[in-house]
Amino acid sequence: MISLSHYLTLAALLFCLSVVGIFLNRKNVIILLMSIELMLLSVNLNFVAFSHFLGDGAGQIFVFFILTVAAAEAAIGLAILVVLFRNRQTINVADLDHLKG
Amino acid sequence: MSFELFIFYVFAAILVFAASRVITVNNPVYAAMFLVLTFFTCAGIWMLLEAEFLAITLVLVYVGAVMVLFLFVVMMLDVNVEPLREGFVSYLPVGLLVGAIMLIEMVFLITQRYFKNEQFPAPERAGADVSNTQELGRLLYSEYLFQFEIAAIILLVAIVAAIALTMRRRPDTKYQTPSEQISVTKSDRLRVVQMPPEKR
Repeated sequence: MISLSHYLTLAALLFCLSVVGIFLNRKNVIILLMSIELMLLSVNLNFVAFSHFLGDGAGQIFVFFILTVAAAEAAIGLAILVVLFRNRQTINVADLDHLKG
Repeated sequence: MSFELFIFYVFAAILVFAASRVITVNNPVYAAMFLVLTFFTCAGIWMLLEAEFLAITLVLVYVGAVMVLFLFVVMMLDVNVEPLREGFVSYLPVGLLVGAIMLIEMVFLITQRYFKNEQFPAPERAGADVSNTQELGRLLYSEYLFQFEIAAIILLVAIVAAIALTMRRRPDTKYQTPSEQISVTKSDRLRVVQMPPEKR
């Protein structure tokens, strides 16, 4: 029988993989965005698992809203990426030092 | 090991493999493809959790729309990947260390102390006449109607923001001005010239 901790462990594994991805690909904005999508996916997996095991549909509604916000975030992030590439001809995070931060 | 558990392990293995390829692969196009595989497999796992509507939504919205957007952007930008890979090996130990510590802590909490089988017994499988979509729709359009409308506004703002960010007027582009075209009169375009006839 699949228990709740199976799903939670899988989601934790996915979340840690995406954290490692942010560490490894800190120069590449595209892979960083993909890692954030992976993080949101692992959180969604937790929500769906709890929704199933507690017998409450509210968790799935929450996943619905997270999907909405994640889609909006991806669209705006990629739009910023396109504008960035048009202005600087690079997406390397190390080259983005115009604000002198 | 039941058949269900076997399917879960197969899906979990594919999911972890695809996710680890997303963060390690060289080419961003391959990374996007592995992300598609990740989402697809996760939709399978959501099917195991009886969240059929969300599983199909994940395939349609993520695989069908968001990942295609990612692929478009990756292919549109002529990115040289080599400088983006520098520092990969030097950050590998610290990344793996942080990830492993986080994973061990979370798994320890999840499996040893809380969320055990006794505390959360697996619910009975729903019958064939139970509709997940109907249940979600009932919740969404009654209890969560206000949040649903806010989600719609968020999507609208995202559309406006994406268009406003990427749209640009090139100075050398030729385009029409319909109001001027409509209000044009004969005297603007036509000039009658009186000329004396030529002498033979």
